[in-house]
Parts: sequence; structure tokens; C-alpha cells
Amino acid sequence: MSLFEQVTDKPWERKGVIGGLSPEGTFKTQAERVALIFFLIIASVVFSLFLVSYYIRMELPDWEPLSEPAQLWFNTGLLVASSILFQWARNIVVRNGKSNLYTSFFGAGIFAILFIIAQLVSWSYLQAGGFYLSSNPANAFYYLLTGLHALHLVGGLWFWSKSAIRLISGGEPKDIRLSIELCTIYWHFLLLVWIAVFAILSNT
Amino acid sequence: MAYVPLADQDQEMEMHHPHTWVEKYVFSQDHKVIGVQYGGLAVFTGIIGLALSLLFRLQLGFPESVDFVDPNFYYQAVTMHGMIMVVYFLTALFLGGFGNYMIPLMLGARDMVFPFLNMMSVWTFFISVVILMSSFFVSGGPTGAGWTLYPPQTTMAGTPGHDAGIILMLVSLAVFVVAFTMGGLNYVVTILQYRCRGMTLMRMPLTIWGVFVATVLGLFAFPALLVACIMMMFDTLLGTSFFMPAVIEAGSPLDYEGGSPILFQHLFWFFGHPEVYIVALPAFGLVSDVLSVHARKNIFGYRMMVWAIIAIGGLSFIVWAHHMYVSGMNPYFGFFFATTTLIIAVPTALKVYNWIFTLWEGDIRLNAPMYFAIGFIFTFIHGGLTGLFLGNVVVDLPLSDTYFVVAHFHLVMGVSPILVLFAAIYHWFPKVSGRMFNEKLAKVHFWFTFLGAYSIFLPLHYLGFLGVPRRYYALGNTDFIPLSAQDLNSTVTVAALIVAASQILFFVNIIGSLKWGKKADPNPWGAASLEWQTPDTPPVHGNWGDKLPTVYRWAYDYSVPGAAEDYIPQTVPENEVITASDDNFETNKDPSPAAI
Repeated sequence: MSLFEQVTDKPWERKGVIGGLSPEGTFKTQAERVALIFFLIIASVVFSLFLVSYYIRMELPDWEPLSEPAQLWFNTGLLVASSILFQWARNIVVRNGKSNLYTSFFGAGIFAILFIIAQLVSWSYLQAGGFYLSSNPANAFYYLLTGLHALHLVGGLWFWSKSAIRLISGGEPKDIRLSIELCTIYWHFLLLVWIAVFAILSNT
Repeated sequence: MAYVPLADQDQEMEMHHPHTWVEKYVFSQDHKVIGVQYGGLAVFTGIIGLALSLLFRLQLGFPESVDFVDPNFYYQAVTMHGMIMVVYFLTALFLGGFGNYMIPLMLGARDMVFPFLNMMSVWTFFISVVILMSSFFVSGGPTGAGWTLYPPQTTMAGTPGHDAGIILMLVSLAVFVVAFTMGGLNYVVTILQYRCRGMTLMRMPLTIWGVFVATVLGLFAFPALLVACIMMMFDTLLGTSFFMPAVIEAGSPLDYEGGSPILFQHLFWFFGHPEVYIVALPAFGLVSDVLSVHARKNIFGYRMMVWAIIAIGGLSFIVWAHHMYVSGMNPYFGFFFATTTLIIAVPTALKVYNWIFTLWEGDIRLNAPMYFAIGFIFTFIHGGLTGLFLGNVVVDLPLSDTYFVVAHFHLVMGVSPILVLFAAIYHWFPKVSGRMFNEKLAKVHFWFTFLGAYSIFLPLHYLGFLGVPRRYYALGNTDFIPLSAQDLNSTVTVAALIVAASQILFFVNIIGSLKWGKKADPNPWGAASLEWQTPDTPPVHGNWGDKLPTVYRWAYDYSVPGAAEDYIPQTVPENEVITASDDNFETNKDPSPAAI
């Protein structure tokens, strides 16, 4: 029964547990995955609102565009690598495999940590160049958006580290399969957000 | 990983059985305990909000005679009253309280889908309340910027609480958003994924539909508040100029430049308007169920009611700028928002008609919950009609800064939801506590509250038409305001004091009944929905004993022709419905006038 059929059903006419009147969830997948999808929508709303504010604030006369450091291309590369490794780890656990799981899974986390460090380094370059948070709204938005993105990644790393501890303490790959699958989705989402943020920052 | 629905899982979900008193009543993962915790905390903050309103009403009613309310405190009290009532009281009570308690019970689940996250949510809410309340004790006191917290005045020296107070308010709101998001994800996923066998979306009681759509609104609208809070915090603490324009404070220019206060208003109201419906939609749902049960009739137009809830939810995201007509905007912009605002009246009116049609020719039982539910229809119609005035730009402009607006939004989103809350609390009290309340006392409470609320808010409409400005600490001698306006103001204050005092009846009734109330029947109102069919009253941990229920019908099978009883519970299959035999049918009939 499609969602549309479900919400157009006439409940006063239908009695009994009729075939197709599913007892299962609206979406035939795990609750955790549904929760993650909702969370991704919420996070998208947060980033979108910041970006809308960015565009509105940009129109005002005191705006001085910030030329983003070229290092961001390198940082982007780190995040792409992290995402690719996560996808690799996911493919391994979905196949119930084990070889290369450590390499891909831990590699993904390490590249994500490197990305965050690299972002902090880019902040310090900007600071050294005199681009302070309060000196111009363009700078403020740069720090705010990159900081918020990094914060989301730190949240992801929290779940990554929980799975990592389970894996190190002898957990089977199937125990952390769902966690890795969801982390992969989250990582790809954060990569997309970063590309969008990066594109907007460097084109304005 | 193969997906197995809850009802087919071998061991169902893992229950976290409490072992100690602390696990059972403090850090509990049981949705019912969490619901009561959320509700209790919300009511506690609501009482503070109510007390604050009395303090500033005293100043308005008797301006010369209350020394302890100075202008600064007046603004702080108004601000905190507004924020507490909208966010920490109504939102938390409807979604955190009723949402938590009702969702698993009405859907036939054992608990929320993420019980630990649920516990985190209520304790994070607790922290946000502590932060909010702590602002009463810091130097400078709580913020007095008005509940909308508009920059730039929020952070400028003339505003009370411009230093520590506003920071605590912003932090508290941000923490609240985190708490709400944790809870909200839980409600949404539980409703979508954890319904018992047979509980299709269109068999859910309207309470669940209201809570569901309101939660989705909250999940998408609260981020706007979070974004606004973060940016304002940056402005205040780190010297950025997101919202702060170049501005002169006490003769010297501040270190800000070029920010956009209007941007804040957009963000705030992008949250603020859906917030109205975050409060209203659960109330719509709860009142529909109360009306249907006590009218012994199925809710009129169930599908339309569901679609109206969804339509109102969707529309609520494209009307926000009607709060900003006086901020100045492109006329086409105002035209657009006036149009969308008036369109929202269509699904809302549809709901009101359907409530009235539900009552029409019903076998109405005038129990205390029904008093409050019918009272709600009155106040909601009155509050809603003035919304049509204010939705129009040209009518709004002269009225916007007067008491007319105060009267409008208090009737529509203050008094109305609170009447529903009382209806719902009285209605579900026997299930939650296992005791009956005192019916007479509840009805006395109703008349004081209902008539009292009208005597507060009807006169405010007249004050508004006279042009009496809202927000003012004292009116002084103003030519266009007749002296009699002050008499009206004093009357309103007296009415407010009486209404507030009469709430003692409610607390006496609830607390007294917990201790001395007579033991409640498991289903005293003869309701068909699932929460009344639990094996234990009050429901125990795990809700359903050994086996999850199966649902065979919608939640509104009342007065079904041919059935012996005037309701058929959702758990009764079609072949087990006790039909009235011809003899019984005769005796069940009302005696005709001739027979008497």
C-alpha cells in the first residue's frame, strides 16, 4: 500500500486486519535509518537557513568578500577520501567480509580527523592574515559555516568511535553493520554539504 | 539486514526494566514516566509564567499602587511570561507530556523507539529550564527585550538583562531545541515505524495525527530559532554584526556595522509562526478525541480532519511575515503573506465545522472534559475570527501595536490550548492515575476559567480599538485614551487574579484525587481507542502484558447501529462484536414520550 493509498484510505469502511494493511512501519527499513533521514533533513534546514542569511547579509554595503585560502581544495580532498573509505568499509560489511575492514573503517575516521585539523589550520592562516571573525560579516560567516560543518563531523566521529571500540574489542563486523551503513550515509551527506558551502563561499 | 516489523519480532524490543527507585522515577526510560516528568516540569514553569503575568497585570490595572513592579521588572516579567508560556509550557506539555504518554499507548507499542534518547530529551529540557530560571538570579536579571528578542534593542544598555540575561535566554533556547530534536525524532519515528498490527495511518486517533504533524513542524521550524540564537550570540559575545546595525548607545557609537535586524525577524518568525501550530495542532487532535468520546459519535469527517492538519502544517511555513507588516516590506510581499494567511483559515474553519458536526445529534455526555472541549470551540472561534482582521495588512497596521493583538493571540493560542489541556488532563486522568477526579469541582473550575478568561480578554479587544498601545509600562495622561479605559484595565486585572486563584481548584482536585479519589474503571468514558484497552490501569512498564494488541478498526466506532454497546474498542474483530438481539435492542432504546 503506497503512502498515498494509506492516507486516502477510508478507515470507517475497512474492518479487520486486511491483507496489505501493513502492521509494519510506514517505511520498510530500520527505525534508526528513518531517524537518520529525518536528522539529515533537519541538518539541511539548519545549513540552508545559514546560507539564506548569508545571501541576505551579502547584499548590505559593508560586505567585503573573503578570498578563501587555496588550502580548502586540499581539505576537500581529505573529506572525499574519508567518504570513499567509508563507502569501501560499508561495501565490505554488507558483503559480510572482513578483509580490509580495519584499513577502510579506521582510514575513514582518520581522514575525517585530518580534515577537521586542516580546517582549523585554515582558520589560523586566516587569523594570521588579519581576517578576524568580527572584522567583516563575510569572515564571520566563513568561521560560522566551517565551524558548524566541522561540529557535525565531530558528532559523526562520536558514533564512528563507538563502532571503532566495538571492533577493537573483538566485535563481529555484523554487529556494527548498521552503524557503518548509517555513518556512510551521514558522511556522504556532510561531503555534499561541504561542497555546497565551499562552492557558495568561493563564488561570492 | 532484513527488516522485521515490531509485531513480528521474536522478542519484540528490548525492554529496559528498572531495578532501582532512581531508574524507575528519575532516570527512567519508560515513556509514561518521561511524559509525566515533561508535563510536571512544563506545568511548574507554566505556574511561574502565570505568576509573572499577575505581577505585570497588577501594574497595568493599578499603576499607582504597586511599587515593586518598576519599568525594568515590568519588561522582564512580560518577556519571560511570553517565552515561558509559548515554548517551555505549551510546547513541552503538548509534545513532551502528552506526546510521550500517548504515542506508544495509542499505537499499541511497548515504548518509544529510542527510550534512552527519550530520557536524554527530558533531562536536556530540565537543563534548559534551569538555565532559563537562573537568569532571574544573575546581575541585571532576565532579559526584558520582549519575547521576540528583536535586535538591536535586545543587547543594548537600555534594555533590562542586556548582559547576562539575554545570553542565558539564548543558551536556554538552544538547549531546548536540542532537547526537542531528540524527543521529536523519537515521536516521528515511533509513529511511522512502531505501530502495532492493523494500526494503519488512517486508523490513528487524531491526537496522534496532531502530535505527528506538530512534531514535524517543530523539527523543521526550531532550526530557524537555533540559527537566530547562534548568530545573535555571536553578535553579543564575539562582536560580529549579523543582525546589529551601526547604532549609537547613550551618545557613543557601538562597535557594530551594517547588520540586518530584519533578517533576525525573518528567522524568528520562520520559527515563530509554525510554533503557533506546534501548540495548536496537538490541541486540535486531543480535543477531537475528547469531543468524539463524550458525544458518543465518530469524529465528523475523519479524513478531512487529517488532511486539514497536514494542510495547516504545510501552510504554516509560508505565512510568517504577517508578523512583520509593521516592520515595513514590499507591498507585493505583504499581499502574498496576507493571501496565504487568509487561506489557512479554510482548513482551520473546516476543523471547527467538523467539531460542531460531531456534536450535532450526538448523545452528548456533559462530563467535565466535555465542558472544557466545548469551551475551547467558543474561544477558538473568537480568537480565530480576530485573526482574519489581523491577517489583512491594512487592518493590521493600526491594530498591530494595540491590545487587540494581545486579545487575539491570547484567545487563540493561550486560552484555547489551555482549555484543551484541562479537557485532556481530566479525560485521561483516570487512565494515568487509576483514580477518578471530583467531577463537581472540575466543573466549578471550568466556569471560573472559561468565564474568567472571557472577562480578561474580551475587554482587551475594546482597549485595542481605542488605540491603547500594548507593551507600555504605564499609559500616563494620553489625550485619545478616555479615563474609563483605566477602569476596564483594573477590571481585567481583577478577573486575571480570580482566574489564577481558581486554578487552585484544579490542583486541589488533581492532587486530592491522586490520594483520595475513588478507584477508576479501566475505561470510564467507554472510549474505543487503544490506550483505554491496556490490561492494567494505570498501564505498567511495557504497556501490553505478554502480547501486543492487534487493531481491527479505527478509533471512532461509537454508536454503531446494531452493536449492543455504544462503542466498539479498536481491538475487537468484526466477528466478536456483540450485536444487539431484537429483545435487547428494544430495551436499549430510549423510551418514547408516550411510554413515559
